[in-house]
Amino acid sequence: MTSRSQRRLGRSILLHLFLTPLALIWLFPLWMMVVFSTMPDNGIFSPGIELLPHDGFLDNFNNLQRDTNFVGAIGISVSVAVTYTFLSVLLTSMAGWALARYDFLGKGMVVAIIFGTITLPYAVVLIPQFIMVARDFQLANTWIALIVPPLFNSLGVLFMRQAFSMMPAELFDAARVEGVKEWRIFLFVALPLARPMLAALAIILFLASWNNYLWPLLINSQPGAMTAPVALGTLIGLTKVSWGGIMAGAVMLTVPMLIVFVLLQRHFIAGIAAGAVK
Amino acid sequence: MRYRNATAYRFLTPYLLIFAIFWIWPIISSFLISFQATRTVPWRFAPTFNWGRLIGDPAFFNALKNTLLILVIQVPVMISLAVVMAVLLNSPLLKARGLYRFAFFAPVVVGEVAYSAVFRLMFSLDFGIVNKLLNSVGLEKIDWFSNVTPAMALIMIAVTWRWAGYNAIIILAGLQSIPDDVYEAATLDRVSKLRQFFYITLPLLKPVIVFCAVLSIIGTMQLFTEPFLITERGGPGGGTETLGLLLYRQGFRSLNFGYASAIAYTMAGLAIAITLVQLWLTREPK
Repeated sequence: MTSRSQRRLGRSILLHLFLTPLALIWLFPLWMMVVFSTMPDNGIFSPGIELLPHDGFLDNFNNLQRDTNFVGAIGISVSVAVTYTFLSVLLTSMAGWALARYDFLGKGMVVAIIFGTITLPYAVVLIPQFIMVARDFQLANTWIALIVPPLFNSLGVLFMRQAFSMMPAELFDAARVEGVKEWRIFLFVALPLARPMLAALAIILFLASWNNYLWPLLINSQPGAMTAPVALGTLIGLTKVSWGGIMAGAVMLTVPMLIVFVLLQRHFIAGIAAGAVK
Repeated sequence: MRYRNATAYRFLTPYLLIFAIFWIWPIISSFLISFQATRTVPWRFAPTFNWGRLIGDPAFFNALKNTLLILVIQVPVMISLAVVMAVLLNSPLLKARGLYRFAFFAPVVVGEVAYSAVFRLMFSLDFGIVNKLLNSVGLEKIDWFSNVTPAMALIMIAVTWRWAGYNAIIILAGLQSIPDDVYEAATLDRVSKLRQFFYITLPLLKPVIVFCAVLSIIGTMQLFTEPFLITERGGPGGGTETLGLLLYRQGFRSLNFGYASAIAYTMAGLAIAITLVQLWLTREPK
């Protein structure tokens, strides 16, 4: 018996000896992001090895704000992400509800088109979306341009369809017998029951919008209309720019999401893992 | 379930409108645009204009070659790493599981721009922390940005860091759906842990791993931000130029929509081929 528990102990030590360095390597870029954001530029570009934070975050932030209106860009990013998340959750859960709970003409076709096109690369729609929004609708550099086109995302529909179809039909039939209207059943019976799934979906959508880079880069390229990642991206590669400032911006984009991740880890992981389930 | 056309479409229409306008129509439209010469006003139909150019364009083949090279090396490395992460995170022997999960999963929330900036700084030639650390253990510093091989390696390292944990989350969910008694039976039959991994875990995980591989391949195929920001617009000298970057350059720098659409449809063709391979690999045995 001792040999067995010794083997267990040996295995456990091996496991930790392997996983700890790997975890430290994985945390290293995030740690260095924080360290860089607190160092003056002449500290970042000095020959010594600095692995601990300093106290220059505010100076770096001021440099960033001098290089680009980052606070304004954060404001745009937050408003866009909040609005997008709300609208997308609403639209996709309505569609998911219809696909899960009703039979209707053309249902098979709708499902087939959604599934059939889901693995097409986003690059395919980029050019026409851009032509449509910028030229035909004349909506470049507006909030609508940032919020509406990405609403096409169909993962949420499939996710909510799955969530609603797992609920027992009796729940809704009971309400129908009472004469409750369908949209009320959706709003006041189905949605509250789907709260964990809605939370997972909302987190994933918020994160996607917050970090979205390519579309906002193309469509909102004017300084006052840029989202925070785009504004930060314009500084990368410039010669006379504060790298400490860029790192301060990176921290402001990342740390709030890390906190949300820690607090809502369960929903986060559910949301990502669900993308895979069936 | 009842047959209710009107009700169903009342719930569906708002989404379907957006889906049709910003997804289905662009898919058709970009196919049509790829057959037009778009730098004349008005555009004119010229079926071989863009596709003919594509076949003879060294820049396209360079981008295709780079993209495929990244795919072939980075995706298997990352998926293997993700499997290792998931299996070890799932071990009952692991202490402080939350900390390890945080370490591997945290990159999932980090935006492309933020992490590109950090990697660029970490790997810079003279003042980058990576070269300083290499130096301090007696290794030569590496010029990550001026030579093609290290630059490609850097892109692969960055993408792997960002996405390994994401795949590990999916694989971990797959692992947790394998019933315990399968392993208990194997342990009773004195099957070693290593053999259990290769003969039980891996085969049962196959659909999940194939799914992750397809997702990663399609993601990596569109790789844009990393070569755009980390290696400075696909540098050195086009050494890290990808299809995504070429599409951006043609479509939005040269405003050559027709040619960019042909590039986009090449990517779509590759994605469709890969999806078909996935369906074939995970088909139900008859």
